[in-house]
Amino acid sequence: MYLTKEEERIYDGEEGVAKQKAMELLVALGKIYGADKLIPVGSAQIAGVSYKTIGDAGIDFIRFFSDNGAKVSVNSYLNPAGMDLSNWADAGVKNSFAKKQNEIIEIFRKMGINITCTCTPYLIGIRPKLGEHIAWSESSAVSFVNSILGARTNREGGPSSLAAAIIGKTANYGYHLDENRVANFLVRVRAKLKTISDYGALGVYVGRLVQNSVPAFELVQQATEDQLKALGAAMAASGAVALFFVKGQTPEWFLDSPEIIEVKEEDIEKLKKELTDEKDVDHVVIGCPHCSLDEIKNIAEKVHGKKLKKELWIYTSRQVKEEADKQGYIEIIKDAGGKVISDTCPVVSPIEDMGFKSTATNSGKAALYLKKLCKQKIHFGDVEEITE
Amino acid sequence: MIIKGRVVSKGVAEGEALVSRHAISFLGDVDPKTGNIINRGSDVFGQCIADKIFIFPNGRGSTVGSYVIYQLKKNGTAPKAILNIESEPIVAVGAIISGIPLMDKLEKNPLEIIKTGQKVKVNAEHGFIEL
Repeated sequence: MYLTKEEERIYDGEEGVAKQKAMELLVALGKIYGADKLIPVGSAQIAGVSYKTIGDAGIDFIRFFSDNGAKVSVNSYLNPAGMDLSNWADAGVKNSFAKKQNEIIEIFRKMGINITCTCTPYLIGIRPKLGEHIAWSESSAVSFVNSILGARTNREGGPSSLAAAIIGKTANYGYHLDENRVANFLVRVRAKLKTISDYGALGVYVGRLVQNSVPAFELVQQATEDQLKALGAAMAASGAVALFFVKGQTPEWFLDSPEIIEVKEEDIEKLKKELTDEKDVDHVVIGCPHCSLDEIKNIAEKVHGKKLKKELWIYTSRQVKEEADKQGYIEIIKDAGGKVISDTCPVVSPIEDMGFKSTATNSGKAALYLKKLCKQKIHFGDVEEITE
Repeated sequence: MIIKGRVVSKGVAEGEALVSRHAISFLGDVDPKTGNIINRGSDVFGQCIADKIFIFPNGRGSTVGSYVIYQLKKNGTAPKAILNIESEPIVAVGAIISGIPLMDKLEKNPLEIIKTGQKVKVNAEHGFIEL
């Protein structure tokens, strides 16, 4: 792997131990994946923020960088934390957890990282350009920016995205290269998909089949950005899809003798049934990935004037929540008995410790992860059905 | 005998080998307090990796494993060096941050030529091991 003189100086420790370790990480990953050089990145998005996921080991790890004076050198953004940073007590988060979580946030803040705490930076104006190299780690965000915006990132881990943020570069391999941005599956969808949950179900189905390959979709009708967000998130969770194409909608559409998959209406229906364990649930979560303003508007319209029988928790970014508040949607949802939570998400918050055993969701990604990581029984359905 | 390999994490170490034929998930397979292997399914279950030259094919499992390696180092229960058939990012990242020498892609398969208890010198500055 070729390093410039400047990169070699950092590698040899001439700019301190934090930058040296960050550089060593990038070089080691580059070697493992056969990169020829490092390339500059426009931004970094860093996962591994929730105390629930990284634990004390993770705190020690990120503290190593901040204690040694590390600062990020490109615009860097944080993934969701394990709690709403201002209203954690209302959501039943324990004191001991909140203390650790705040410690983590302060370490990241000290390094100059924006405390965005969202998995959908692209919904708050952070939209990398076509062909721009970046180092993002949240799997659903990686999928969205690679596919819908045509930016270029691998599925970084927490440590490698932090190293990229500090150095401002990443190793040149994988989805940074044209040769890997080619679909090897063509998915012909023969079903009319209407709701976010339809796209989530399609994502779970296709992700399982293609694993970490690149699928290209032919859909019956145009999908909205929110629907594509749900599709990508589900494929990144059931498989490890980091890039997909949609005919007529994504900026890239390259295929190389793809294997053909047909998806029929009954495949989607069957999968929806499979994801549901029971319909009598404790609470309902919407917003995995974080809700857009449109999604919150849609929920507000559905619950307007109602009194919900179950707890409804809606997850979004702080900025979108503020916008939704201005529009009056938050009040409508509150009046119906729902909560709108920011900075965190159902998957990385300790909901199993908050007394919930069963959850309804419209997200394919959440349906998979809440079962596995939060010990929940699941009801998978669209917004209309689960907010009844 | 000298065997050349690829340096993933720099450093020099010398110690007794502990050889596992299974891929290791540092999250779940290893107790960070003691360095003991706590996965009953492992062929080195009950053994301690602290201060050993730990040899296994590759890492697997959760990326939190990188952080666990760093915890082992802080607790003084980390291996002196690691040899893999082929390293993957979880172990590579953990070894680098913790300053644990790590090599892979040796000219001969370390699982076949090194036995548990054998003395091994790892020179991950110049890219070779010595038996």
